Formats: sequence, C-alpha cells, structure tokens
Amino acid sequence: MELFRYVLDNAGLLGQLTLEHISLVGVAVGIATLTGVPIGIAITKNERLARSVLYLASIIVTIPSIALFGVMIPLLSIFGYGIGYVPAVIAVLLYSQLPIIRNTYTAINNVNPALREAARGIGMSQNQRLRMVEIPLAVPVIMAGVRTAVVLNIGVMAIAAYIGAGGLGTLISRGISQSDPRQLIVGAVAVSLLAIIVDYALLALQKRLTPRGMERDVAAA
Amino acid sequence: MIRLDNLTKVFDTPKGAVVAADHINMEVPRGEICILLGPSGCGKTTTLKMINRIIRATSGKVFLDGEDTTGMNTQDLRRSIGYVIQQIGLFPNMTIEENITVVPRLLGWDRTAYKKRARELMDMIAMDAEAFLKRYPSELSGGQQQRIGVARALAADPPVMLMDEPFGAIDPINRAVIQDEFLKMQAELKKTIMFVSHDIDEAIKMGDRIAIFREGKLVQYSAPDDLLSAPRNGFVESFLGEDRALKRLNLVKVREVFSDEMGSVKPDDTLETALSRIDDFGYQNAILMVNDRGEPAGMITRSVARTTRGYCRDHYQTAPPVAQLDDDLRKVASLMFANDTTWLPCVDARGRVCGHITQRAMTHHLGSRYRSRPEDSAPLRSQPETKE
Repeated sequence: MELFRYVLDNAGLLGQLTLEHISLVGVAVGIATLTGVPIGIAITKNERLARSVLYLASIIVTIPSIALFGVMIPLLSIFGYGIGYVPAVIAVLLYSQLPIIRNTYTAINNVNPALREAARGIGMSQNQRLRMVEIPLAVPVIMAGVRTAVVLNIGVMAIAAYIGAGGLGTLISRGISQSDPRQLIVGAVAVSLLAIIVDYALLALQKRLTPRGMERDVAAA
Repeated sequence: MIRLDNLTKVFDTPKGAVVAADHINMEVPRGEICILLGPSGCGKTTTLKMINRIIRATSGKVFLDGEDTTGMNTQDLRRSIGYVIQQIGLFPNMTIEENITVVPRLLGWDRTAYKKRARELMDMIAMDAEAFLKRYPSELSGGQQQRIGVARALAADPPVMLMDEPFGAIDPINRAVIQDEFLKMQAELKKTIMFVSHDIDEAIKMGDRIAIFREGKLVQYSAPDDLLSAPRNGFVESFLGEDRALKRLNLVKVREVFSDEMGSVKPDDTLETALSRIDDFGYQNAILMVNDRGEPAGMITRSVARTTRGYCRDHYQTAPPVAQLDDDLRKVASLMFANDTTWLPCVDARGRVCGHITQRAMTHHLGSRYRSRPEDSAPLRSQPETKE
C-alpha cells in the first residue's frame, strides 16, 4: 500500500526518470547498431579478423560496469566528460557491440550457401547480394541481437546513476543511501518492467522488419 | 554454342594438388542439350561451374557462341547465362515475381518490360500468373519452386543455360513431369544447355549428347544411342550398367522398327478366308480383324478359323493392345511382356492400323547397331550424329 502511494505521489518523477532511462539506452544502442552491423558484415569477409573482433567484444562484456565507469572517469575527465551522460552512453555502446556484431556476423554467415551461389550465379555483385539477399535475410537475427543489447543495457544503465547519468537507477541508488526500501523497490521493479516491455516492443518491430516470405521460419525459431 | 578449350581446374588441398578437371575439350552445338554424367567427384560439376566462374578455372578457355569469355566482366558473363541449381535457391525474401525478374532488374529493364516478362515466363512454365506471382517461395511445393527456378534462369532470354542437377531433389513422379515440360519448352526455345546429372536414365531422356566424366577426365562424348551401343571402355560400360541395351529401348520409336506389311481380315470375311490368310502370311496363331474405319476390332485365332464355319464378325476375340508410331520401344516391350505376345499391331495418330511390330524386329534393330560398329568407337570429338 505504502509502495502504491509512493508511486502515485511520485508519478511525475517516475515518468521523467523512465524517459531518461529509455533515451540513454536508446541513443547508446542506436549508435551501437550503426557501428555494430557494418562491423559484423565486414568481418564476414575475413575469418581471422572476425575471431579477434568477437574476442575483443566478448572481453568488454566481461568488465563489470562499475569498473568500466571507474576506468572511464579519469580518461574522459581529460575532455571534461568524466561523469554523467557521456560515459554512460559510451559504456552501453561498448556492451552492445558483442550481441549486435555477433548476431550480424552469424546471420550473414548462415545465409544458405545455395542462395549465395544462386545470387552469384545470376550475376549479382557483392553489394547487390548484401542489399537484395543477405541483409534482408539477416534482419530477424540482427534485430534479435539489438533486443539482447537493449535488455542487457537497461540493467547496466541502472548502475550509471552512480556516475550521475540519471535514469531509473537514481531511485535505486537513493533508496540504498537513504535506507528507503520504497524507492529501492520501485526503482528495481520499474527497471525490470521497462526491460520486459521494451523487449516485447522490439519483438513486434522485429516481426515487422522480417521479410514476408520468411515469417514461417521466424515463427519456428 | 559452348566450347571448352583445355579447361582445367587444380584444387590445392592439404593432401596436395587435386586435378578436378583435366584439360576438358568439348563443344556443345547451338540449341542442343549436353548432359555431363559421371560418379560423384568426377569433375562434371566443376567443369560446369567454371563456365560461369562460380569456380575459377586454373587454365583453359570457355567460348560462348565463338567468343572467348576470358576477358568478359564476371557479372556480365553470368547475367548472360541462365543458371539453375539443384537446391533451387529461390530468394525467400522475394515474391515469385521478384524472384523471376531478378536478372532483368539487374540488367536495368524498365518496370513494364520486366512485369510483362514475368507473365510470359509463367505462361511458359504453365503456372497461373495471377495465383502465383505475389506469393513467396515457401508457399510453393518443391516441383513448383524448381519450375520458378527454371523461369528465373530463362528470364533475360540467355542463349546458354547451365543446369546443375536441376531436377535431382524432386520426387520421381514430378521429376518426370518437369523433364517432359522442360523438353517441350526446349523444343521451342532451342537454348544451348549444359546439364549435370548422375542419373543415366535422365541423361538418355534429356540429352542430345552425353559426356561421361571420370576422375577429372572426359572419357566419352557421344549421342545417347552411340554411347549405349558403343561404350568406349570398361568404365563407361559398367557405368551405363549391364542393361544398357534395354536403356536403348527408350531411344527408339516404333516408326523406326515397324513393318507396314500386315495381313488382316474384315468382319464380313469368312473364317475360311481368315485361315487361308493366316497361312499365307505365315502367322502362327491369329490374324487381326480390322473394322471399316481401319481400327483394330478383334483377333481371329487359327484354332477357331480351322474348326468353325461362319463370319469373322461372329467369332473374334478381343483386340490386342496397340502400339502408337511415336511410342518408344520400352513401352512396346512392356506391352508385349504384359500380354504374352511377340507382336503388336501399330496404329497411326488417328487410330488406324498401319502395320505391326514384332519382338524379332526390335531385337534385330537394337542388335544391328552393335554388329555394324567396329570395336573402337568413334573419335572423342566426332561430329554430332542426329538421332535416328
């Protein structure tokens, strides 16, 4: 009951923090998609490069977010961005690379070799193959990578409140420092709900972007 | 016309160099289907794929219509060659229409032109344009998909087609149907086609000529009938199978073997006449009764004719099965075996009796090819012999 009252009393703040959270993750994963997809496609041409890139991206994900923020503070302080929005976005950007690059790489690599041969055999150039066949077929899997990145980083972004980035993490950190279980619980539940809702929204988007002829395959997957 | 000049492919493998195709020289005349046939790993597919550079040749040249393709841009070359593969390879993200117009679109045709072409192609492969053009490949059966695959290859009307076991993944019943349809189409389109197969019966049915490969080498290149009647060596012989003489039955039509001398009786003739005619013509058991329209109406057996008096129309047995002039001998042989007879009356397209075919004549016809052939057969690059 107490929690419920708290939510009602602070609905405005809660909404504002949620929007902040979404925009932080949205911007970061958006940029990550713009970088990760081309990287994922590029490394399909070179297996050794692919291995190194994926290895590097995996290592980044193993760094605890608190530690990553800690490392970035002195580095970014040089440019005056030690804490706040910029390091939070950069961290999420880095964490997003692995799911996006890996899914793109896997999806393009797994395009049925027969389709690739047919595309070559009828005289498509490499770019035409990518544009007309390989990328459209890879979209569902790439989108799945984006979804993973978003859900993963909604959680990471909660911790970014500690470096003053804002978002729903603010409630959690305040709840801990003020020994206020209401804020802590509301913050934590809000983060979880946000992750679930966004995941569903992106799933709907993924279905929309899936070429119509492949819908059956996606339903089976 | 497709001409291969010393076409060679050497693969570098961890175990050393492997020669997948060894100085292949051959020529497919314009408008003919050449089947590349052989066991797996014999180099037939490698040879085919070097023509459109899916596999890059180590050395040698490919000529299309007399023109050396070596200097051609790879994409231009491929767009001028129809390509059909066993796995079909329709693009699942595209509709049927988008799939079959892919090459015209790559070539920059305008919208109305390629839309019109899509409908022509659907007519050609006997599929309903309204029903199928807007659908996706996953909604089609395997046989329908491969028809679309063929249509896609034909879209820009290339003079040359390469087909890599195109009907290999289709069930036997549909395969026969598609083969027949394809032959009918080819009779009009007259493409120059190279076609990889591992199925001898398909090769005999589809091929104007057959090239047998073994371990990267072209062993024999002949018309199907020559191949079956004069295999060059033991390998070809065993590859063709011990029943190769029987396979030739497919290749010979009734009209090449039948005899137009034929004794018959009319319903109004007496049995006495029938008996004397049976003796005159030297028939063993019976004589055919033919009605006024010239159609087979029944059989008068010798025993009935000898022991009974009266007219043929009252004492005949049911007419035997008949052979059409365009039937192949395989069907005739099958009819003979099924009906325990050594001869069949032959009828023309309108069903009128025009002669008869005997087992003796068939065996004689097939055997004569073997007898007339010298031991070592025609040279490898012999001129094409038209099918008799």
